[in-house]
Amino acid sequence: TKLILLDSLLQEKMSMFADVAAAPPIEVFQLGRDYQADTDPNKVSLGVGAYRTDEGKPWILPVVKKAEALLAQKIDKEEINHEYLPVLGHESFAASATKMLLGESSPAVKEDRSFGVQALSGTGALRVGAEFLKNIMGRDTAYYSDPTWGNHGLIFKNAGFKTINKYRYWDADSKGLNFAGMIEDLNNAPEGAVIILHACAHNPTGIDPSKEQWGQIADLIKTKNLFPFFDCAYQGFASGCLDTDAWTVRYFVERGFELFCSQSFSKNFGLYNERAGNLTVVVNDVGPITSMKSQLTLLVRAMYSNPPAHGARIVDVVLQDPDMYQEWRDCIKIMANRIIDMRKGLRERLEKLGTPGTWNHITEQIGMFSYTGLTPEMCEFLKKEKHLYLLKSGRISMCGVNNGNLDYVAQAIHDAVTKFQ
Amino acid sequence: MFSNATSSLQRNAAPLLSSAARNSSFWAGVEMGPPDAILGVTEAFKKDSNPKKMNLGVGAYRDDNGQPFVLPSVHKAEMSIINKSLNKEYAPIGGEGDFCKESAKLAFGDDSVVVKDGLNVTIQGISGTGSLRVGGAFLKNWFPGNKVVYLPKPSWGNHTPIMKHSGLDVAGYRYYDAATCGLDFAGAVEDIKNIPEGSIIMLHACAHNPTGVDPTPEQWKELSQVVKAKKLLPFFDMAYQGFASGSVDKDAFAVRQFIDDGHMILLSQSYSKNMGLYGERTGAFTVVCQDKDEAARVESQIKIIVRPLYSNPPRHGARIVTEILTTPDIRAEWLVDVKTMADRIITMRDRLKAGLEREGSSHNWQHITDQIGMFCFTGMTPQQVEKITKDFSVYLTKDGRISVAGISSSNVDYLAHAMHAVTK
Repeated sequence: TKLILLDSLLQEKMSMFADVAAAPPIEVFQLGRDYQADTDPNKVSLGVGAYRTDEGKPWILPVVKKAEALLAQKIDKEEINHEYLPVLGHESFAASATKMLLGESSPAVKEDRSFGVQALSGTGALRVGAEFLKNIMGRDTAYYSDPTWGNHGLIFKNAGFKTINKYRYWDADSKGLNFAGMIEDLNNAPEGAVIILHACAHNPTGIDPSKEQWGQIADLIKTKNLFPFFDCAYQGFASGCLDTDAWTVRYFVERGFELFCSQSFSKNFGLYNERAGNLTVVVNDVGPITSMKSQLTLLVRAMYSNPPAHGARIVDVVLQDPDMYQEWRDCIKIMANRIIDMRKGLRERLEKLGTPGTWNHITEQIGMFSYTGLTPEMCEFLKKEKHLYLLKSGRISMCGVNNGNLDYVAQAIHDAVTKFQ
Repeated sequence: MFSNATSSLQRNAAPLLSSAARNSSFWAGVEMGPPDAILGVTEAFKKDSNPKKMNLGVGAYRDDNGQPFVLPSVHKAEMSIINKSLNKEYAPIGGEGDFCKESAKLAFGDDSVVVKDGLNVTIQGISGTGSLRVGGAFLKNWFPGNKVVYLPKPSWGNHTPIMKHSGLDVAGYRYYDAATCGLDFAGAVEDIKNIPEGSIIMLHACAHNPTGVDPTPEQWKELSQVVKAKKLLPFFDMAYQGFASGSVDKDAFAVRQFIDDGHMILLSQSYSKNMGLYGERTGAFTVVCQDKDEAARVESQIKIIVRPLYSNPPRHGARIVTEILTTPDIRAEWLVDVKTMADRIITMRDRLKAGLEREGSSHNWQHITDQIGMFCFTGMTPQQVEKITKDFSVYLTKDGRISVAGISSSNVDYLAHAMHAVTK
């Protein structure tokens, strides 16, 4: 029947793809388009997670500019060319990225039990890791937090995972962590399930477990023999300090876990479009490493052959130079502190306005995003009437808030809450 | 192809639970993957201390000094881009519009009805590999026909893993004739006529990898009709536009012929070779659609595939490409640069053939100059390959394939001598 259909389609010079359905637009990008199209002078973009300065502009970190200038000199003299990187990526970059995450004094680093695979930013690292777990390790069950970054489920689904479940996370009542629910759900996870955990600055809620809670989560993962797969997209960006933000992953390593961690340099280096990322792998035994790398090589080859050089080179230049590394740490602090200031400012204003509800979660949450607790109705109102563009989940990107619009944003939220409460 | 370790779960679970020993690992059952043949050649080459050694393995262009070649036009464009200090904001999922439009125009021609009528969906892909991979996924999800990709025999080694990883089956059609070191045209036509209707056929647009054997324009026209009669979906892999003959238009002949003949093709383009942008992973993937509405729907589904793979593509290489293609004097310079590379390859082919004749070889080496592009299927047997490596430190893959880019004025005669020695 298919061939007859095909036949008749082609005889009529119609297309094989006539039945391709229009895919629903991805919310966060549609939001961006809507924002762009809006001509209102008061419009505020609180959608995509990309850092903005207090002037509302993208920020190319000065240390990144410096690194690019150095690279440019080398490019000009042809000391650097565009030859293929190894399949698993720029070796120095991958090693530096892994060390940055785990810390130089990590037992995994000291014992050569860790390695990095350069990947297409965080997304690519998650995908490579998921592909390995599915195809080589035979895993097919994964868990992600409810809610989580919209792409987590899609990545694992496309990697072939058959069962993808949620573990409770966000508690709408307290606007905090539903820890009991999380523990209960993980406790019911089947042995060998891959658990996607946010290393810091949970996206979209901004709620991170406490150290004590992480300890209990680790106990459970160990007892149930689950596999921890960390997503670390904000190291340094959350608290302003690389080590603080890496605490959770390092803790798990100290506790003897084998784990994967995807790293993104999109936010903390501001390298969004260069797709600089790394998959850190921590194992307990160096024995399988060569085989693992060979299998990872085959997977990468079938997807994109080898990763892009430019972004990785920029990061490597910075991480290899102590002065530039420090300069970068200072840049991260600037970004993190501006976010923290905006959180403070927003909470203060909402409380001053007497906006119904509690607003301490704005400052208790960490990182780029805040789950405000605003309902879809309120969000729609904010978009239509106030030209505030945020996801209908109530997630706002604090990067879009600045001293120029803090008052307006607070007032708008106040209006939305009072209108619909 | 992928080692399936479903049993490793059972095997490793118990030890981890029962022993606190840190040395027991999840990964203990991971099997060693097969080594990459081409990388293996380079590894062995590096270890060789013979000063006359030659690496004819990897397909990356080298200048006449055996060095990587940064095209002057690319250098100019890159410095221009760097000086513009453009931002690092995310590219759209499908890449920047200008890049996509220029890539389509380059492939189909500036005046192509495809581009003019907006019939194409073109996205930036992670070079050729990534473009093929997205194409494979698209076909897996949306192709209503027979989800089998028919590859020429032989084809680029990575075609099979890419298509299989995408979830498609692969099969083959005759292509290379070992007896003539040329095209088995009759065999190809016969096999294609036997492909089940509604299947997918992979075609190398120019400079076939690994053989260097391309159909003539007349043969392409005939192939087009055969493919049409079988209602096959043509998926072109164009990794060498401009690099093969020196002319971007000439090298796009097959693609454009198929468009003229009414095929709605898939196309993967790579800028790795023709712009020397290997490590920047710059390429494009195109689906030619019925109309704009269909193109919009197809594009939306392609984005759904890209997001869980890598979200959005790397900008740097794409910006260089766009700068080149949209700046008239740099574009003109690029066309000269790419012809320079192609000409050098052609010259080396001429000199190798002449050298073999001078050495007194009784074999017919016509195929060396008949074949086109980076690679040449010499016709050497695995035994001869082994010998030439052992005795002369000439490194190439077992199938007798040489990368002509690895030959230079200073070693072409040595190569001719070595090849004659092992084949006489």
